[in-house]
Amino acid sequence: MNRSRLVANAVAVAAAAVTLFPIYWMVLSAVKPAGEIQSLQTRPWTLAPTLEHFRRVLGAENFGRYFLNSAAVALSVVVLSAVVAFLAAFAVTRFRFRFRTSVLIMFLVAQMVPVEALTIPLFFLVRDLGGVVPGAGLNTLGSLVLVHLAFSLPFAIWMMRGFVAAVPEAIEEAAMIDGAGRAVILWRIIFPLVAPGLVATSVFSFITAWNDFVFARTFIISATHNQTLPAALLVFFKPDENDWGGIMAASTLMTVPVLVFFVAVQRRLVAGLGGAVKD
Amino acid sequence: MTTLATTPAGPRARRTGPRPRLRDGLRPWLYLLPAAAVLLPLLGYPIYMLGLLSVFDYRQAQVSGGEPTTFVGLGNYATLLGDQRFWSVLGQTVAFAAALVAATLAVGATLAVVLSRAGRVPRLLLSLAAMAAWAAPAMTGSTVWMFLFDADLGLVNQVLGIEGFNWFYDRWVAFGVVGATVVWHSFPFVMVTLYAGIQAVPASVIEAAALDGASVWQSFWKVLVPILRPLITIVVIQSIIWDFKIFTQIYVMTNGGGIAGQNSVLNVYAYQTAFGSSEYGLGSAIGMVMTLILLAVTLLYIRALHRRGESL
Repeated sequence: MNRSRLVANAVAVAAAAVTLFPIYWMVLSAVKPAGEIQSLQTRPWTLAPTLEHFRRVLGAENFGRYFLNSAAVALSVVVLSAVVAFLAAFAVTRFRFRFRTSVLIMFLVAQMVPVEALTIPLFFLVRDLGGVVPGAGLNTLGSLVLVHLAFSLPFAIWMMRGFVAAVPEAIEEAAMIDGAGRAVILWRIIFPLVAPGLVATSVFSFITAWNDFVFARTFIISATHNQTLPAALLVFFKPDENDWGGIMAASTLMTVPVLVFFVAVQRRLVAGLGGAVKD
Repeated sequence: MTTLATTPAGPRARRTGPRPRLRDGLRPWLYLLPAAAVLLPLLGYPIYMLGLLSVFDYRQAQVSGGEPTTFVGLGNYATLLGDQRFWSVLGQTVAFAAALVAATLAVGATLAVVLSRAGRVPRLLLSLAAMAAWAAPAMTGSTVWMFLFDADLGLVNQVLGIEGFNWFYDRWVAFGVVGATVVWHSFPFVMVTLYAGIQAVPASVIEAAALDGASVWQSFWKVLVPILRPLITIVVIQSIIWDFKIFTQIYVMTNGGGIAGQNSVLNVYAYQTAFGSSEYGLGSAIGMVMTLILLAVTLLYIRALHRRGESL
């Protein structure tokens, strides 16, 4: 092994340790007894792991409910966005039509919109919508599903494009010759073939919805039972004495699902990104 | 895109990209319909409304219907341009985003090169760690870094022996801590993308440079960077867009924009103006300024994509 390889290995391991440390610290602090967190001699380990913070967070602070709310919103967004993005990606990769390039550029531009700035018009829009559609007004989870669907869709379509293009057209042609109808080709043949791409795309939609803080904070004003995790986390911040054990336990609860999801599809994700960036 | 076009030309050669299917007529639009049904009302219309709100005097009194809404033309914009606070926020937004982009790129590119030279196990370790940082929600990343930098109970102060030092008191120190959090979140994207790019560079090119006596430093700047320039452009522009829009980290870590709003960036400033001070019209004008700046960057991005010879 030469010197350059040795240096690279050392830097890689050190960088990995530094990068992982905040996550380690979060999980560690979540299981540390309160006494150790309050201690002014912090140690990077604990000999008495406890679930007291999790119990407090899930029990008294009702975090289980918020967790389910977040999950319901994120999963609805994932399912809806997968179907809608698949259809749109199919349209822009398999057909050549007028304004096709304009449509694609619009999807690209839509990704760049500063969504936080749109909270202002969307707040009024959702407020008015509530009068017409009961499940989609302020203080409802439906409103969050709608806006996250809109914000995850442009990127999902952009990413799905590469996956749909990768399915050889010969397969469709063969199916057509065998007498398969359009719907059958679309849903029974192409859809399963792009499933890996859908999974990768779904991770991004999931993360957009799961991580959102600003809309949850803006739309869910008074209905605390409809809060989602990020906004609910702020409950633990108190002016003088932050409940760090609780905050870290809640943060852990919020991070673990995404982490598992992300690592599980890691390989496809990178391939998909390659498709989105390079393709 | 389809690469079928590279097959030798012949009677059966195909054209680049999707083939025309004239018979299909409206069919592609049918498939685009669900996307349009979501995007037009929930993304297109709000952008239009943002522009509309920005030319009205729209405050709490108007929202509750106590006073009629009045058209003020570019009045809100004039207010902004004459407001010193707006310029200082704009200035620090640009400076902060620039620093973030530079730092993210430096860290991401360095680690991409490291990855390409490291052995299997260290490479796997770093990839997994980066994935974890990438996946961590902005919200929880913020809370953990806040805890690490807490004045009394934070690990950093205890290790440095400066208990009681408040990292969020001074404007620039606070920006530094928030910036570190953002870079921690965003360098993995740069690292993974550039690493994929480096992998695509034939090993013989790097070896040839090494045989000619190029150092790691030289072969990075003189060989890799020119080859990867298109990819780097895309990563830079993507980073500019993300870092310019930073919201959650600032909002959470500095509790809504820092002491007296000293750590405000445009996004937070627009939000606070609208929902904090109930100046919805003025907040929309700030939002429009942001949208226009990002639109300009996006156009650069599309041009960069075009330069790479990508057919959309």
